[in-house]
Amino acid sequence: MLWLVIGLVVLMLAAAVAVLMLDNFLAATAAASVVSLGVALIFVWLRAPDVAMTEAAVGAGLSSLILALALRRLGLWRLDNPRQEARDDA
Amino acid sequence: MRNLASLLFIVGLAFLLLLVTGVFEFGNPPMRVGQGIQQVGPQEVGAANLVTAVVLGYRGIDTLGELSILFAAATAGGFVLGRHRLARSGAEAGFVLRTGADLLFPLLLVVGLYIVLHGHLTPGGGFQGGVIIATAFFVPLLARPGAALDHRWLALVEGLAGAAFIAIGLLALYRGGEFLQPFLEKGDFGSLVSAGTLPLLYLAVGLKVGAELAGLLARLAEPAGEEAA
Amino acid sequence: MSDPIGQVLFAGAIGLVVIGIGGIVLSRHLFRMVLALVIAEAGANLLLVLAGFRWDAFAPILTQGVAAPGPMVDPVPQAMVLTAIVIGVGVQALALSLVIKVWECYGTLDLAEVRERLEADLAGQAGVPLPGSTERPAGERPLPPATAPAGEVRQ
Repeated sequence: MLWLVIGLVVLMLAAAVAVLMLDNFLAATAAASVVSLGVALIFVWLRAPDVAMTEAAVGAGLSSLILALALRRLGLWRLDNPRQEARDDA
Repeated sequence: MRNLASLLFIVGLAFLLLLVTGVFEFGNPPMRVGQGIQQVGPQEVGAANLVTAVVLGYRGIDTLGELSILFAAATAGGFVLGRHRLARSGAEAGFVLRTGADLLFPLLLVVGLYIVLHGHLTPGGGFQGGVIIATAFFVPLLARPGAALDHRWLALVEGLAGAAFIAIGLLALYRGGEFLQPFLEKGDFGSLVSAGTLPLLYLAVGLKVGAELAGLLARLAEPAGEEAA
Repeated sequence: MSDPIGQVLFAGAIGLVVIGIGGIVLSRHLFRMVLALVIAEAGANLLLVLAGFRWDAFAPILTQGVAAPGPMVDPVPQAMVLTAIVIGVGVQALALSLVIKVWECYGTLDLAEVRERLEADLAGQAGVPLPGSTERPAGERPLPPATAPAGEVRQ
């Protein structure tokens, strides 16, 4: 049980760091969806099925959907982003 | 210099949060209110899902505040994004996507309504079901970029559902209770028609959230004027 | 907190909040700030539900009649988190609408560039010199112009 929880927490934190470090914004949106999914799995382990269903539907579903739609309107909807003048954050 | 200040800020924030949560004893919450709700909740409210009993029965006014915040956010987002543009990209999706979207629409609608209506018995409720209903209306829009949702119908459904929520609350006030107190008879514990006005309240919440989010998604998905397809 | 599972979970939730807020403070692209906001909200919700957990307890849903099968976890933080998650998605939608508007107006999402041009635009519209600039506006104080003003020199 301890190893399951440790694995979920490590997955969550690694995905959260990846959101800030990835250059490609589509990949960063996918990593944010992975963070929400990890949080939803931890909610299931914490005996909170209502909250887990809400977090999965809203975090991994609706939030990623609106982020992806905004990406399309911002013109960043590319699998290989041209690096923007090296001024992006590291 | 900037990085040093940011590092100090992050370390200080982590230290503050560790101090605040260090007082907690994981696994033994004080549960002063939770204990009382567990003992009298099923008899008083009649809902098998205690979280629904808290959300709609004991803290109904917080749910009303949440509906207001969601309405304000969706309306402000619609204002900021500008009015409906008529320029359509015209490239329709392929056969598989169109047929798949047409098949998914009734399934998503049924699942969403099921989750909304059984919110007081199983995990679920108005917000989860509302999100699924919004997705049900949005997926055919992805497959047919030329079509458009009728925003007037969405605004009508959203307004009527929100007004129904407040009207049920005022009806409870009129019958001598407090605002948003559940008042119909409780029925058999665990059956679909039980827990008084709770299924009706969640139905109103589900329709309102579904219509709102469908309108917001449709507004976000409109292509901009000079977008590269 | 003397047991390892509790420590790991609390460290995870605090780590998410710190990464999220650190991302908002340190990022130079507006879209990445919105992504960091998403992470910070997920971490805060996890912290709230962690406060209501109870060892060897059941989920707060009664499936076998009115009698509870045993001790249950606290339902009140879960109800609060339900509200918080939905409010979070509303805030994210509004933040993305504002980012789209900034993009349509300025064409760039780099924070330093947006800040410079915004200050220049505001100073130009109000007829005051830029903060830190040694130039004074040409002539007497002009009325708010209908077109772009002339004579504003960036430092």
